[in-house]
Amino acid sequence: MLKISGVHTFYGHIEALKGVDIEVNEGEIVTLIGANGAGKSTLLMTICGTPRARSGSIVFNGRDIAQMPTYEIMRLGIAQSPEGRRIFPRMSVMENLRMGAITSQPQFFDADLERVFAIFPRLKERAQQRGGTLSGGEQQMLAIARALMSRPRLLLLDEPSLGLAPLIVRQIFEIIREINREQGMTVFLVEQNANHALKLAHRGYVLVNGVVTLSGTGQELLSNAEVRAAYLEGGH
Amino acid sequence: MTAVPSTSAPLVIQAAKEAAWTILVVGLLSFLMVGYQTEVLQGQQMSFVNRFGDVIWAMVLIPIGRFLLVLARGGLLLPPAVLGGIATLYLFGAAVLGLAGSPLYGQLPLPYDQPMVNAIFGVGAVFILAAAIKGQRDRRRGAQTLEMREAAEARQARIARNMSSILGPILIVLAIVIPWTPWGDRAVVDSLVLVMTYVMLGWGLNIVVGLAGLLDLGYVAFYAVGAYTYAKLSIALGFTFWESLPIAGALAALFGVLLGFPVLRLRGDYLAIVTLGFGEIIRIVLINWQSFTGGPNGLGNITRIDFFGLPFERNPAPGTESFHTFFGLEFASTHRVFFLYYVIIVLALITNFVTIRLRKMPIGRAWEALREDETACRALGINPTNTKLTAFAIGAMFAGFAGSFFAARQGFVSPESFTFIESAVILAIVVLGGMGSQVGVALAALLLIGLPEVLRDLSLYRMLVFGGVMVLIMLWRPKGLLAYREPTLLLHGRRKRNKAGVQS
Ligand SMILES: Nc1ncnc2c1ncn2[C@@H]1O[C@H](COP(=O)(O)OP(=O)(O)OP(=O)(O)O)[C@@H](O)[C@H]1O
Ligand SMILES: [Mg+2]
Repeated sequence: MLKISGVHTFYGHIEALKGVDIEVNEGEIVTLIGANGAGKSTLLMTICGTPRARSGSIVFNGRDIAQMPTYEIMRLGIAQSPEGRRIFPRMSVMENLRMGAITSQPQFFDADLERVFAIFPRLKERAQQRGGTLSGGEQQMLAIARALMSRPRLLLLDEPSLGLAPLIVRQIFEIIREINREQGMTVFLVEQNANHALKLAHRGYVLVNGVVTLSGTGQELLSNAEVRAAYLEGGH
Repeated sequence: MTAVPSTSAPLVIQAAKEAAWTILVVGLLSFLMVGYQTEVLQGQQMSFVNRFGDVIWAMVLIPIGRFLLVLARGGLLLPPAVLGGIATLYLFGAAVLGLAGSPLYGQLPLPYDQPMVNAIFGVGAVFILAAAIKGQRDRRRGAQTLEMREAAEARQARIARNMSSILGPILIVLAIVIPWTPWGDRAVVDSLVLVMTYVMLGWGLNIVVGLAGLLDLGYVAFYAVGAYTYAKLSIALGFTFWESLPIAGALAALFGVLLGFPVLRLRGDYLAIVTLGFGEIIRIVLINWQSFTGGPNGLGNITRIDFFGLPFERNPAPGTESFHTFFGLEFASTHRVFFLYYVIIVLALITNFVTIRLRKMPIGRAWEALREDETACRALGINPTNTKLTAFAIGAMFAGFAGSFFAARQGFVSPESFTFIESAVILAIVVLGGMGSQVGVALAALLLIGLPEVLRDLSLYRMLVFGGVMVLIMLWRPKGLLAYREPTLLLHGRRKRNKAGVQS
């Protein structure tokens, strides 16, 4: 479904991604783990076209999207819950969700809303509340829900567990699993929380300083000594 | 004004020090500039008149003001509030008496002879009073927890919403009936036409600034495009107002796109500067393109507005009908004025209605979202450039309509009517009204355009009062008169609260 090959991304002279190859197949949950500053968010944003890959190709469903403008890429069926959530603080929960559905057909809206509220009943209770006044966990739910409202085929999640209490983290991961299992949604998940992410994901990649150093199934990576030493022991 | 803080002694000393410095500075500055006045005597001789009394007054009053201001900023609020309040009332009251030519003015002990100069000191007193009020407010806020502040904000929003939903319909009804009341004489309705023009311009700019969050300082350019479009179409091709109205709107929108296209990737300040420049370019082109625009002299003899084909003329050309002959009425100059008034009301309400509709459509939501987070919008599949361009073009279109109306009202256009100050006034209306608030914009237009009209007799002083009112609003309601954002979407059953068509 998504094939990233030899992608290099620069911020000015700084090379943040140094030739990354990653593949995500239809129906999979694939996770990307790595330390702070490894370039995880950069990769996710490069898929979306800001910043743009300086070289390499990003093929989504047979189309090279590496040079397309962001808004067109997102219309192909990719949705993103970005780093920092970036919900619209002055808009209500309902309006945020409506924004998520802005590119999809209006007649789907009510059904999609039902579906999203079934996944996140909390958001339904808070439908009229301003986004900025939601708690951190609720904002994260809203960011994911907003992404789902565009009926994506590929869902990109950037650290959905960031700053959340362990219980909420478990909830969010459970929801990701459900969305994947029940709707067959393909998920590309960027995480620091390697333990949870690798247990959830079918496959995983490890990114170090802009280079993929390891890849394998979730189980393989979980039992890999290097991964254990670097991302699991002592943490979480 | 609660207890004096225990640290007041050092504060008073500090204020006194600053006041002492101020005496020195004022003395030095005013000694030459105020202390001596050159006078031309008969025979073209120059001579000096000294005005040391005035200098002394300045050296007394300004340091007192400085002293009180420092106290207010330092948190000692009572003296500045009381003295500032008394001085405000006294100085402005005296100025009004003086302007009204009351003999009482001569008997009042006042620092200066001219009411104007006293009023300037009055503005200083307003500042002191305002600083004290602001201090009190900040103190109250500082004692609040986050939840209390949230609750207070929600309460304010609720008040603003209720005010809007009550005031909106009342204002509309008032606006419609006022020509038929005893107050509705020609002069009043004429002023109201002006006010309504600015209400419309405010609502139009509100789309750009209030909804899409694009700071446009050159809005008057589109107003000018609309005005000149009608002027040219009328003079050169004999178009009527109604025929050229859509063309003027379309052309203004086209200019909106032309301006927007290169500049909309700029943000904030940069966008403001470029739009300001664009406004000036249009004006300078109008001045210099003599052959087409008539240059600084403008274009006259524009066909005045007609009643759907019937002109408002006392003596219609033989064989043609005029408004009064057709309806069998006595000719009256008020016919045209009243008709103009209703035309601008309808145009303004259309602007308002379209804005309200747009807000609930994807494009309107995209504008509001774009103002909050452009990156997030792009990630949702929104094309920011096109979205902003639409806001620019639609805003410009309404300015074009208004401009066309302006030309049809005046029968004459010249570049003088389209200076930067117009853009600034329209922007002030939007900001003072509360960005995005429709009723707030209407109120602000009434205040900013209506007040100077009412105060016209006070000539120069009206600008002072105008400035004072602006300062007060910004201090009391920094987010605007009625800052409140109506949600565009509700969960269950769309509640029908705002049937009247005007909402915040
Ligand atoms: N806008 C930017 N301009 C310049 N450098 C940037 C920018 N964004 C990221 N970088 C740099 O690129 C590198 C990768 O950043 P990135 O945000 O992708 O890391 P990350 O893996 O997501 O880290 P984290 O887990 O902390 O979110 C970092 O060194 C960062 O400083
Ligand atoms: Mg990151």
